[in-house]
Amino acid sequence: MIRPHRSHPLWLAYFLHRVSGLALALFLPFHFLLLSMVISQPQTADALLRFTDHLTVKLAEGGLVFLLAVHFFGGVRLLALEFLPWSGKRKTITAAAIAFAFFVSGSFVLRAV
Amino acid sequence: MLNARLYMAQRLSAMIMIPLVFGHLAVMIYAIQGGLTTAEILGRTKGSVTWFLFYGTFVAAVSVHAAIGVRVIIHETFSLKGKWLEATTWLIGALLLIMGARAVLEVTFA
Amino acid sequence: MTEARANMMISVWRGMGSTGKFETFEVPAQDNQTVLDVVTWIQQAADPSLSYRYACRVGMCGSCAMMVNGQPRWTCRTHVKRVLRDNQIEIAPLRNLPVIKDLATDMDPFFDKWVKAGGVHRASRSRDMPIQEVKPDTAQRQAADNGIECINCAVCYAACDTVSSNRDYLGPAALQRAWTLFNDEKVVDKQAVLDAVSGSGGCHNCHTQGSCTKFCPNDLDPLGSIAGLKRETAKSFFRRGSKQC
Ligand code: SF4
Ligand code: SF4
Ligand code: FES
Repeated sequence: MIRPHRSHPLWLAYFLHRVSGLALALFLPFHFLLLSMVISQPQTADALLRFTDHLTVKLAEGGLVFLLAVHFFGGVRLLALEFLPWSGKRKTITAAAIAFAFFVSGSFVLRAV
Repeated sequence: MLNARLYMAQRLSAMIMIPLVFGHLAVMIYAIQGGLTTAEILGRTKGSVTWFLFYGTFVAAVSVHAAIGVRVIIHETFSLKGKWLEATTWLIGALLLIMGARAVLEVTFA
Repeated sequence: MTEARANMMISVWRGMGSTGKFETFEVPAQDNQTVLDVVTWIQQAADPSLSYRYACRVGMCGSCAMMVNGQPRWTCRTHVKRVLRDNQIEIAPLRNLPVIKDLATDMDPFFDKWVKAGGVHRASRSRDMPIQEVKPDTAQRQAADNGIECINCAVCYAACDTVSSNRDYLGPAALQRAWTLFNDEKVVDKQAVLDAVSGSGGCHNCHTQGSCTKFCPNDLDPLGSIAGLKRETAKSFFRRGSKQC
Protein backbone atom coordinates (compact mmCIF):
# COMPACT_ATOMS: atom_id res chain seq x y z
CA MET A 1 0.00 0.00 0.00
CA ILE A 2 1.50 3.27 -1.08
CA ARG A 3 0.14 6.14 0.96
CA PRO A 4 -0.97 9.18 -1.04
CA HIS A 5 1.92 11.45 -0.08
CA ARG A 6 4.36 8.85 -1.39
CA SER A 7 2.96 8.31 -4.86
CA HIS A 8 5.68 9.94 -6.94
CA PRO A 9 8.83 8.70 -8.73
CA LEU A 10 11.47 9.97 -6.33
CA TRP A 11 9.82 8.31 -3.36
CA LEU A 12 9.62 5.06 -5.28
CA ALA A 13 13.28 5.35 -6.18
CA TYR A 14 14.09 5.87 -2.51
CA PHE A 15 12.07 2.79 -1.61
CA LEU A 16 13.78 0.61 -4.22
CA HIS A 17 17.16 1.82 -3.03
CA ARG A 18 16.39 0.97 0.56
CA VAL A 19 14.94 -2.47 -0.12
CA SER A 20 17.72 -3.47 -2.52
CA GLY A 21 20.38 -2.16 -0.16
CA LEU A 22 18.99 -4.06 2.79
CA ALA A 23 18.63 -7.25 0.77
CA LEU A 24 22.21 -7.00 -0.46
CA ALA A 25 23.49 -6.39 3.07
CA LEU A 26 21.68 -9.51 4.26
CA PHE A 27 22.97 -11.56 1.34
CA LEU A 28 26.63 -10.55 1.71
CA PRO A 29 27.51 -12.75 4.72
CA PHE A 30 26.25 -15.84 2.87
CA HIS A 31 28.16 -14.84 -0.21
CA PHE A 32 31.38 -14.52 1.79
CA LEU A 33 30.69 -17.81 3.54
CA LEU A 34 30.36 -19.63 0.23
CA LEU A 35 33.60 -18.16 -1.07
CA SER A 36 35.48 -19.13 2.07
CA MET A 37 34.24 -22.68 1.58
CA VAL A 38 35.86 -22.88 -1.82
CA ILE A 39 39.13 -23.74 -0.06
CA SER A 40 38.24 -25.23 3.28
CA GLN A 41 35.46 -27.50 1.99
CA PRO A 42 35.88 -27.77 -1.78
CA GLN A 43 33.32 -30.59 -2.04
CA THR A 44 30.57 -28.63 -0.38
CA ALA A 45 31.44 -25.55 -2.38
CA ASP A 46 31.39 -27.47 -5.62
CA ALA A 47 28.08 -29.01 -4.70
CA LEU A 48 26.73 -25.56 -3.98
CA LEU A 49 28.10 -24.14 -7.20
CA ARG A 50 26.65 -27.05 -9.16
CA PHE A 51 23.41 -26.32 -7.38
CA THR A 52 23.56 -22.90 -9.06
CA ASP A 53 23.03 -24.69 -12.38
CA HIS A 54 19.37 -25.17 -11.62
CA LEU A 55 17.08 -22.82 -13.47
CA THR A 56 15.32 -21.52 -10.38
CA VAL A 57 18.63 -20.77 -8.74
CA LYS A 58 19.77 -19.03 -11.89
CA LEU A 59 16.69 -16.87 -11.73
CA ALA A 60 17.33 -16.14 -8.06
CA GLU A 61 20.87 -15.16 -9.00
CA GLY A 62 19.47 -12.94 -11.71
CA GLY A 63 17.36 -11.39 -8.99
CA LEU A 64 20.49 -10.67 -6.99
CA VAL A 65 22.20 -9.10 -9.95
CA PHE A 66 19.04 -7.08 -10.41
CA LEU A 67 19.24 -5.90 -6.80
CA LEU A 68 22.88 -5.00 -7.26
CA ALA A 69 22.10 -3.15 -10.48
CA VAL A 70 19.15 -1.33 -8.91
CA HIS A 71 21.23 -0.30 -5.94
CA PHE A 72 24.21 0.61 -8.09
CA PHE A 73 22.42 2.81 -10.61
CA GLY A 74 20.15 4.21 -7.93
CA GLY A 75 23.27 5.10 -5.97
CA VAL A 76 24.97 6.72 -8.94
CA ARG A 77 21.75 8.67 -9.42
CA LEU A 78 21.89 9.84 -5.79
CA LEU A 79 25.53 10.89 -6.06
CA ALA A 80 24.70 12.82 -9.21
CA LEU A 81 21.71 14.54 -7.58
CA GLU A 82 23.68 15.39 -4.48
CA PHE A 83 26.96 16.49 -5.97
CA LEU A 84 26.08 17.94 -9.34
CA PRO A 85 23.76 20.94 -9.54
CA TRP A 86 21.27 19.83 -12.19
CA SER A 87 18.03 19.90 -10.31
CA GLY A 88 15.73 20.07 -13.34
CA LYS A 89 16.21 16.54 -14.61
CA ARG A 90 15.63 14.51 -11.48
CA LYS A 91 12.89 12.33 -12.85
CA THR A 92 14.78 11.64 -16.04
CA ILE A 93 17.84 10.57 -14.09
CA THR A 94 15.71 8.36 -11.88
CA ALA A 95 14.05 6.71 -14.86
CA ALA A 96 17.41 6.18 -16.55
CA ALA A 97 18.79 4.54 -13.42
CA ILE A 98 15.95 2.04 -13.30
CA ALA A 99 16.18 1.37 -17.04
CA PHE A 100 19.90 0.63 -16.76
CA ALA A 101 19.27 -1.73 -13.88
CA PHE A 102 16.75 -3.69 -15.93
CA PHE A 103 19.09 -3.78 -18.90
CA VAL A 104 22.08 -5.11 -16.99
CA SER A 105 20.22 -7.70 -14.96
CA GLY A 106 18.15 -8.68 -17.97
CA SER A 107 21.20 -9.41 -20.07
CA PHE A 108 22.72 -11.30 -17.16
CA VAL A 109 19.71 -13.56 -16.83
CA LEU A 110 19.61 -14.17 -20.58
CA ARG A 111 23.26 -15.16 -20.63
CA ALA A 112 23.00 -17.36 -17.59
CA VAL A 113 19.94 -19.31 -18.63
CA MET B 1 21.11 9.28 12.17
CA LEU B 2 24.01 10.55 10.07
CA ASN B 3 26.39 13.34 10.83
CA ALA B 4 28.71 14.83 8.24
CA ARG B 5 31.47 12.28 8.91
CA LEU B 6 29.30 9.20 8.53
CA TYR B 7 27.73 10.73 5.45
CA MET B 8 31.13 11.27 3.85
CA ALA B 9 32.21 7.74 4.73
CA GLN B 10 29.01 6.45 3.13
CA ARG B 11 29.37 8.47 -0.06
CA LEU B 12 33.13 8.00 -0.45
CA SER B 13 32.86 4.23 -0.03
CA ALA B 14 30.09 4.33 -2.65
CA MET B 15 32.29 6.22 -5.09
CA ILE B 16 35.16 3.78 -4.57
CA MET B 17 32.83 0.93 -5.40
CA ILE B 18 31.60 2.36 -8.73
CA PRO B 19 34.45 0.89 -10.81
CA LEU B 20 34.64 -2.18 -8.57
CA VAL B 21 31.00 -3.09 -9.17
CA PHE B 22 31.52 -2.78 -12.90
CA GLY B 23 34.49 -5.12 -12.64
CA HIS B 24 32.60 -7.56 -10.48
CA LEU B 25 29.61 -7.63 -12.83
CA ALA B 26 31.95 -8.30 -15.73
CA VAL B 27 33.63 -11.13 -13.83
CA MET B 28 30.28 -12.66 -12.96
CA ILE B 29 28.98 -12.57 -16.50
CA TYR B 30 32.24 -14.02 -17.78
CA ALA B 31 32.40 -16.72 -15.09
CA ILE B 32 28.81 -17.81 -15.39
CA GLN B 33 29.20 -18.82 -19.01
CA GLY B 34 29.76 -22.54 -19.10
CA GLY B 35 29.30 -22.75 -15.33
CA LEU B 36 32.15 -22.31 -12.91
CA THR B 37 33.89 -24.82 -10.67
CA THR B 38 36.08 -24.33 -7.66
CA ALA B 39 39.17 -25.15 -9.66
CA GLU B 40 38.32 -22.59 -12.27
CA ILE B 41 37.79 -19.83 -9.75
CA LEU B 42 41.00 -20.67 -7.93
CA GLY B 43 43.01 -21.01 -11.11
CA ARG B 44 42.36 -17.39 -11.83
CA THR B 45 42.66 -15.92 -8.37
CA LYS B 46 45.42 -17.89 -6.59
CA GLY B 47 48.47 -15.83 -5.77
CA SER B 48 47.25 -12.87 -7.74
CA VAL B 49 48.04 -9.57 -6.06
CA THR B 50 45.69 -7.78 -8.45
CA TRP B 51 42.72 -9.90 -7.42
CA PHE B 52 43.69 -9.47 -3.78
CA LEU B 53 43.76 -5.70 -4.08
CA PHE B 54 40.60 -5.58 -6.16
CA TYR B 55 38.45 -7.65 -3.85
CA GLY B 56 40.25 -6.47 -0.70
CA THR B 57 39.29 -2.88 -1.48
CA PHE B 58 35.81 -4.02 -2.40
CA VAL B 59 35.31 -5.81 0.92
CA ALA B 60 36.61 -2.87 2.95
CA ALA B 61 34.40 -0.39 1.12
CA VAL B 62 31.30 -2.55 1.24
CA SER B 63 31.72 -3.16 4.98
CA VAL B 64 31.76 0.57 5.66
CA HIS B 65 28.94 1.24 3.23
CA ALA B 66 26.62 -1.52 4.42
CA ALA B 67 27.25 -0.87 8.12
CA ILE B 68 26.24 2.79 7.76
CA GLY B 69 23.29 1.96 5.53
CA VAL B 70 21.90 -0.64 7.89
CA ARG B 71 22.52 1.75 10.79
CA VAL B 72 20.21 4.29 9.20
CA ILE B 73 17.52 1.68 8.57
CA ILE B 74 17.77 0.44 12.15
CA HIS B 75 17.50 3.93 13.54
CA GLU B 76 14.58 4.90 11.35
CA THR B 77 12.70 1.64 11.86
CA PHE B 78 13.34 0.87 15.51
CA SER B 79 14.35 4.32 16.81
CA LEU B 80 17.51 2.78 18.24
CA LYS B 81 20.09 5.46 19.06
CA GLY B 82 23.00 6.43 21.29
CA LYS B 83 25.64 3.89 22.18
CA TRP B 84 23.57 0.89 21.14
CA LEU B 85 23.27 2.28 17.66
CA GLU B 86 27.03 2.95 17.57
CA ALA B 87 27.73 -0.56 18.80
CA THR B 88 25.43 -2.12 16.21
CA THR B 89 27.06 -0.12 13.42
CA TRP B 90 30.54 -1.25 14.42
CA LEU B 91 29.41 -4.82 14.91
CA ILE B 92 27.91 -5.06 11.42
CA GLY B 93 30.95 -3.41 9.88
CA ALA B 94 33.37 -5.67 11.72
CA LEU B 95 31.41 -8.82 10.90
CA LEU B 96 31.32 -8.04 7.20
CA LEU B 97 34.97 -7.03 7.19
CA ILE B 98 36.12 -10.23 8.92
CA MET B 99 33.98 -12.56 6.82
CA GLY B 100 34.89 -10.72 3.64
CA ALA B 101 38.58 -10.61 4.43
CA ARG B 102 38.55 -14.33 5.12
CA ALA B 103 36.89 -15.03 1.80
CA VAL B 104 39.34 -12.84 -0.10
CA LEU B 105 42.35 -14.39 1.64
CA GLU B 106 41.12 -17.90 0.99
CA VAL B 107 40.70 -17.41 -2.72
CA THR B 108 43.89 -15.44 -3.28
CA PHE B 109 46.54 -16.61 -0.83
CA ALA B 110 45.64 -19.44 1.50
CA MET C 1 -27.39 31.47 -10.31
CA THR C 2 -25.98 28.53 -8.47
CA GLU C 3 -28.04 25.44 -9.04
CA ALA C 4 -28.86 23.15 -6.20
CA ARG C 5 -26.39 20.28 -6.21
CA ALA C 6 -25.79 17.16 -4.24
CA ASN C 7 -24.12 17.76 -0.92
CA MET C 8 -20.51 16.67 -0.55
CA MET C 9 -19.52 14.18 2.11
CA ILE C 10 -16.62 15.60 4.08
CA SER C 11 -14.76 13.46 6.65
CA VAL C 12 -13.02 15.57 9.21
CA TRP C 13 -10.62 14.38 11.89
CA ARG C 14 -11.96 15.11 15.38
CA GLY C 15 -10.09 14.57 18.60
CA MET C 16 -7.57 15.77 21.14
CA GLY C 17 -3.92 14.78 21.12
CA SER C 18 -3.23 11.32 19.78
CA THR C 19 -6.78 9.99 19.98
CA GLY C 20 -9.65 10.75 17.70
CA LYS C 21 -11.68 9.61 14.69
CA PHE C 22 -13.17 10.87 11.46
CA GLU C 23 -16.58 12.50 11.55
CA THR C 24 -18.55 12.99 8.36
CA PHE C 25 -20.41 16.19 7.51
CA GLU C 26 -22.70 16.95 4.61
CA VAL C 27 -21.63 20.21 3.07
CA PRO C 28 -23.44 22.03 0.25
CA ALA C 29 -21.37 22.26 -2.92
CA GLN C 30 -20.64 25.64 -4.47
CA ASP C 31 -19.14 26.61 -7.81
CA ASN C 32 -16.17 28.26 -6.24
CA GLN C 33 -15.05 26.79 -3.02
CA THR C 34 -11.72 26.04 -1.38
CA VAL C 35 -11.08 23.28 1.13
CA LEU C 36 -10.72 25.99 3.75
CA ASP C 37 -14.19 27.32 2.82
CA VAL C 38 -15.56 23.84 3.41
CA VAL C 39 -13.97 23.61 6.84
CA THR C 40 -15.23 27.09 7.69
CA TRP C 41 -18.75 26.15 6.59
CA ILE C 42 -18.71 23.14 8.89
CA GLN C 43 -17.55 25.23 11.82
CA GLN C 44 -20.10 27.99 11.20
CA ALA C 45 -23.11 25.96 10.14
CA ALA C 46 -22.72 22.46 11.53
CA ASP C 47 -20.44 22.25 14.54
CA PRO C 48 -18.99 25.39 16.16
CA SER C 49 -16.67 23.28 18.31
CA LEU C 50 -14.50 22.34 15.31
CA SER C 51 -10.97 23.69 15.76
CA TYR C 52 -8.77 24.69 12.87
CA ARG C 53 -6.35 27.45 11.98
CA TYR C 54 -6.12 30.08 9.27
CA ALA C 55 -5.43 33.77 8.91
CA CYS C 56 -4.86 35.32 5.50
CA ARG C 57 -6.94 33.06 3.19
CA VAL C 58 -4.73 34.04 0.27
CA GLY C 59 -1.66 31.82 0.61
CA MET C 60 0.54 34.25 2.50
CA CYS C 61 0.55 33.31 6.16
CA GLY C 62 1.12 29.55 6.03
CA SER C 63 -1.25 28.66 8.85
CA CYS C 64 -3.97 26.69 7.05
CA ALA C 65 -2.13 23.55 5.92
CA MET C 66 -3.87 20.20 6.46
CA MET C 67 -3.83 16.68 5.06
CA VAL C 68 -6.36 16.53 2.25
CA ASN C 69 -7.02 12.97 1.05
CA GLY C 70 -3.72 11.99 2.64
CA GLN C 71 -1.65 14.69 0.97
CA PRO C 72 -0.47 17.87 2.65
CA ARG C 73 -1.89 21.04 1.11
CA TRP C 74 -2.51 24.72 1.83
CA THR C 75 -6.26 24.57 2.17
CA CYS C 76 -6.99 28.23 1.41
CA ARG C 77 -5.59 27.84 -2.10
CA THR C 78 -6.80 24.33 -2.81
CA HIS C 79 -9.94 24.31 -4.89
CA VAL C 80 -12.46 21.67 -3.94
CA LYS C 81 -12.70 20.56 -7.58
CA ARG C 82 -9.08 19.45 -7.49
CA VAL C 83 -9.52 17.10 -4.57
CA LEU C 84 -13.12 15.94 -4.67
CA ARG C 85 -13.27 12.17 -5.37
CA ASP C 86 -16.64 10.40 -5.56
CA ASN C 87 -18.12 13.46 -3.97
CA GLN C 88 -15.94 12.94 -0.89
CA ILE C 89 -12.96 14.62 0.75
CA GLU C 90 -11.00 13.52 3.79
CA ILE C 91 -9.46 16.29 5.86
CA ALA C 92 -6.99 15.61 8.67
CA PRO C 93 -4.45 17.60 10.68
CA LEU C 94 -0.94 17.97 9.25
CA ARG C 95 1.20 14.86 9.54
CA ASN C 96 4.38 14.71 11.62
CA LEU C 97 3.20 17.30 14.15
CA PRO C 98 1.39 16.74 17.47
CA VAL C 99 -2.32 17.41 17.25
CA ILE C 100 -3.75 19.94 19.66
CA LYS C 101 -7.39 19.50 18.71
CA ASP C 102 -9.20 18.47 15.53
CA LEU C 103 -7.36 20.11 12.60
CA ALA C 104 -5.05 22.33 14.64
CA THR C 105 -1.51 21.03 15.15
CA ASP C 106 1.19 22.20 17.50
CA MET C 107 3.73 23.85 15.20
CA ASP C 108 6.36 24.29 17.94
CA PRO C 109 8.62 21.39 16.85
CA PHE C 110 8.64 22.81 13.32
CA PHE C 111 9.70 26.29 14.45
CA ASP C 112 12.07 24.98 17.12
CA LYS C 113 13.94 23.15 14.38
CA TRP C 114 13.92 26.26 12.22
CA VAL C 115 15.80 28.00 15.04
CA LYS C 116 18.03 24.98 15.64
CA ALA C 117 19.07 24.98 11.98
CA GLY C 118 20.36 28.52 12.54
CA GLY C 119 17.34 30.13 10.93
CA VAL C 120 17.42 33.38 12.91
CA HIS C 121 19.10 36.37 11.32
CA ARG C 122 22.45 37.38 12.74
CA ALA C 123 23.28 40.92 11.79
CA SER C 124 26.78 41.52 10.53
CA ARG C 125 26.55 45.33 10.57
CA SER C 126 25.44 47.87 13.13
CA ARG C 127 22.90 50.62 12.47
CA ASP C 128 25.70 53.16 12.12
CA MET C 129 27.26 51.42 9.19
CA PRO C 130 26.07 52.07 5.65
CA ILE C 131 23.44 49.71 4.28
CA GLN C 132 25.04 46.81 2.48
CA GLU C 133 24.52 46.77 -1.24
CA VAL C 134 23.13 43.48 -2.51
CA LYS C 135 23.27 42.88 -6.25
CA PRO C 136 20.15 40.99 -7.29
CA ASP C 137 21.60 39.24 -10.31
CA THR C 138 24.54 37.27 -8.91
CA ALA C 139 24.21 33.48 -8.98
CA GLN C 140 24.59 33.34 -5.24
CA ARG C 141 21.84 35.87 -4.62
CA GLN C 142 19.55 33.94 -6.93
CA ALA C 143 20.21 30.78 -4.95
CA ALA C 144 19.25 32.69 -1.82
CA ASP C 145 16.16 34.14 -3.49
CA ASN C 146 14.91 30.68 -4.39
CA GLY C 147 14.12 29.95 -0.77
CA ILE C 148 12.89 33.25 0.58
CA GLU C 149 9.29 32.79 -0.50
CA CYS C 150 8.83 30.10 2.14
CA ILE C 151 5.66 30.81 4.13
CA ASN C 152 6.39 28.32 6.92
CA CYS C 153 3.33 26.27 6.17
CA ALA C 154 5.03 22.97 7.12
CA VAL C 155 3.54 21.19 4.12
CA CYS C 156 7.00 19.89 3.22
CA TYR C 157 7.56 18.88 6.83
CA ALA C 158 4.34 16.85 6.76
CA ALA C 159 5.24 15.23 3.43
CA CYS C 160 8.69 14.06 4.49
CA ASP C 161 9.09 10.45 5.65
CA THR C 162 12.49 11.17 7.09
CA VAL C 163 10.86 13.61 9.49
CA SER C 164 8.47 10.88 10.63
CA SER C 165 11.14 8.24 11.21
CA ASN C 166 13.97 10.39 12.58
CA ARG C 167 12.87 12.56 15.50
CA ASP C 168 15.91 14.82 15.35
CA TYR C 169 15.74 15.50 11.63
CA LEU C 170 15.50 19.25 11.08
CA GLY C 171 13.25 18.86 8.06
CA PRO C 172 13.11 20.43 4.62
CA ALA C 173 11.92 23.96 5.48
CA ALA C 174 14.52 24.60 8.18
CA LEU C 175 17.30 23.20 6.02
CA GLN C 176 16.19 25.29 3.09
CA ARG C 177 16.35 28.32 5.35
CA ALA C 178 19.94 27.41 6.22
CA TRP C 179 20.77 27.17 2.52
CA THR C 180 19.25 30.63 1.98
CA LEU C 181 21.41 32.05 4.76
CA PHE C 182 24.48 30.32 3.37
CA ASN C 183 23.95 32.12 0.08
CA ASP C 184 23.07 35.45 1.66
CA GLU C 185 26.07 37.75 1.44
CA LYS C 186 24.90 39.58 4.54
CA VAL C 187 25.66 36.44 6.53
CA VAL C 188 29.37 36.43 7.36
CA ASP C 189 30.05 33.19 9.22
CA LYS C 190 29.26 30.54 6.60
CA GLN C 191 30.93 27.78 8.55
CA ALA C 192 28.50 28.36 11.43
CA VAL C 193 25.63 27.81 9.00
CA LEU C 194 27.16 24.54 7.78
CA ASP C 195 27.93 23.35 11.31
CA ALA C 196 24.33 23.88 12.36
CA VAL C 197 23.14 21.46 9.67
CA SER C 198 25.88 18.81 10.08
CA GLY C 199 24.77 17.16 13.33
CA SER C 200 22.81 13.95 13.80
CA GLY C 201 19.60 15.62 12.64
CA GLY C 202 21.19 17.57 9.82
CA CYS C 203 20.97 17.69 6.05
CA HIS C 204 22.86 14.41 5.64
CA ASN C 205 19.86 12.43 6.81
CA CYS C 206 17.76 13.44 3.82
CA HIS C 207 17.03 10.49 1.51
CA THR C 208 16.29 12.61 -1.55
CA GLN C 209 12.68 11.43 -1.60
CA GLY C 210 11.69 14.83 -2.87
CA SER C 211 8.23 14.81 -1.31
CA CYS C 212 9.08 18.26 0.03
CA THR C 213 9.64 19.70 -3.43
CA LYS C 214 6.68 17.79 -4.84
CA PHE C 215 4.21 19.24 -2.36
CA CYS C 216 5.56 22.71 -1.57
CA PRO C 217 2.63 24.95 -2.52
CA ASN C 218 4.96 27.79 -3.46
CA ASP C 219 6.93 25.64 -5.88
CA LEU C 220 10.05 25.96 -3.80
CA ASP C 221 12.71 23.28 -3.93
CA PRO C 222 13.88 22.22 -0.46
CA LEU C 223 15.35 19.05 -1.98
CA GLY C 224 17.63 21.16 -4.17
CA SER C 225 18.58 23.34 -1.20
CA ILE C 226 19.45 20.28 0.87
CA ALA C 227 21.57 18.93 -1.99
CA GLY C 228 23.35 22.30 -1.97
CA LEU C 229 24.03 21.97 1.75
CA LYS C 230 25.35 18.44 1.23
CA ARG C 231 27.76 19.70 -1.42
CA GLU C 232 29.01 22.58 0.68
CA THR C 233 29.41 20.49 3.83
CA ALA C 234 31.33 17.92 1.78
CA LYS C 235 33.66 20.65 0.53
CA SER C 236 34.17 22.00 4.02
CA PHE C 237 34.82 18.44 5.21
CA PHE C 238 37.81 18.24 2.87
CA ARG C 239 38.95 21.77 3.65
CA ARG C 240 39.03 20.98 7.33
CA GLY C 241 40.67 17.65 6.76
CA SER C 242 43.53 19.28 4.85
CA LYS C 243 43.91 21.95 7.52
CA GLN C 244 44.29 19.36 10.24
CA CYS C 245 47.02 17.44 8.45
S1 SF4 D 1 14.05 15.29 -0.10
FE1 SF4 D 1 14.78 15.09 1.97
S2 SF4 D 1 13.74 16.67 3.08
FE2 SF4 D 1 12.64 16.41 1.17
S3 SF4 D 1 11.02 15.01 1.67
FE3 SF4 D 1 12.75 13.85 0.99
S4 SF4 D 1 13.87 13.23 2.76
FE4 SF4 D 1 12.49 14.88 3.30
S1 SF4 E 1 9.30 25.17 1.83
FE1 SF4 E 1 7.29 25.28 0.88
S2 SF4 E 1 6.15 23.67 1.87
FE2 SF4 E 1 7.90 24.01 3.12
S3 SF4 E 1 7.22 25.45 4.68
FE3 SF4 E 1 8.12 26.64 3.01
S4 SF4 E 1 6.43 27.16 1.68
FE4 SF4 E 1 5.73 25.52 3.01
S1 FES F 1 -4.77 30.94 5.34
FE1 FES F 1 -2.85 31.91 5.07
S2 FES F 1 -1.85 30.56 3.74
FE2 FES F 1 -3.81 29.66 3.86
